[in-house]
Amino acid sequence: MSETGRLWLTIALAGAGTFVARVSFLGVAHRMADPPIAVQRVLRMIPPAALAALVLPAFVRPGGELDLTQPRLVAGLIATAVAFRTKNVLVTLVVGMAVVIVLDQL
Amino acid sequence: MTEAVRPEIQGAWDALPIAIGIIPFGFVAGAAAVEAGYGLSGAVGFSVVVFAGASQLAAIDLLSGGSAIAVAVATAWLINLRMVMYSASLAPWLSHEPFRRRAGAAYVLTDQAFALSIHHYGKGAAAGERLRYYLGVAVPLWLNWQVTTILGALVGSKIPDEIPLDFAIPLCFLVLLVPTMKDRPTVVAGVVGGVGAVLVAQAGLADAAIVLGAVMGIVAGAVTDWRLTPEDP
Repeated sequence: MSETGRLWLTIALAGAGTFVARVSFLGVAHRMADPPIAVQRVLRMIPPAALAALVLPAFVRPGGELDLTQPRLVAGLIATAVAFRTKNVLVTLVVGMAVVIVLDQL
Repeated sequence: MTEAVRPEIQGAWDALPIAIGIIPFGFVAGAAAVEAGYGLSGAVGFSVVVFAGASQLAAIDLLSGGSAIAVAVATAWLINLRMVMYSASLAPWLSHEPFRRRAGAAYVLTDQAFALSIHHYGKGAAAGERLRYYLGVAVPLWLNWQVTTILGALVGSKIPDEIPLDFAIPLCFLVLLVPTMKDRPTVVAGVVGGVGAVLVAQAGLADAAIVLGAVMGIVAGAVTDWRLTPEDP
């Protein structure tokens, strides 16, 4: 197959599978208006588990390898304290970015 | 922002810092497609059809490195499998919307649209305002992704490294994460989800790290919940 053919077949298949993942539950959401309590109890775990899985690797392995002696972990820990106290996106962003930029200069 | 603000404007406002953080990522996605020889059309194709940054970069890298289509596609699917969790998490909140709108909402579903919307709904949002808030987040982020992809494809990735804009994205997620960990089970879900993702990535399965880590966290949180309160209240 030509490289162009390989490209567009990959785009089409990757896009189709990704849409299936996205629409999986939203597509049948009309049957999830009032999910059983057991289901609700599991759904409640998705935001903390998924968000932590996005956040922690960015703090401890930003370069693709575990590294506990780099600016992003320090900034992440300080930002966690700020986020906990203020619950404010902008303040947390400014503090976290400032710590990384300053430590990167050292 | 005051309470009189339209939900879509509120969503766009909340998405703004995240959109700025995504800019360098979009540039890289556009530039990577061009450097791999797929041109502007390939870059736009990936960003419009797949619309998921990490999977786009992985697929471009594999495909241009000579991997089989099946490998590139399966890797992209694996990276985007986490969308199933977001879809499940959002579904009860948007159950009153017609299928067509839910399918449209699904197309623009991202980590950011999920995280901001669930956070917003948890504070109490009228049913009629939920999709509007969601689209207020998701549609500007979609546009932002397309524009930055095109710019990256045209001029390359020339954002200076001194400003670590990409770090803005985990910091935003962090602020959304903190209020979700409000009792023992949700704290367990977060801790196990985060540590699990790191361990999976360290084990060499970086593409599967987010979804596998999150599943570990969900299971651990649910088990803790059942141990503490075996009977449904």
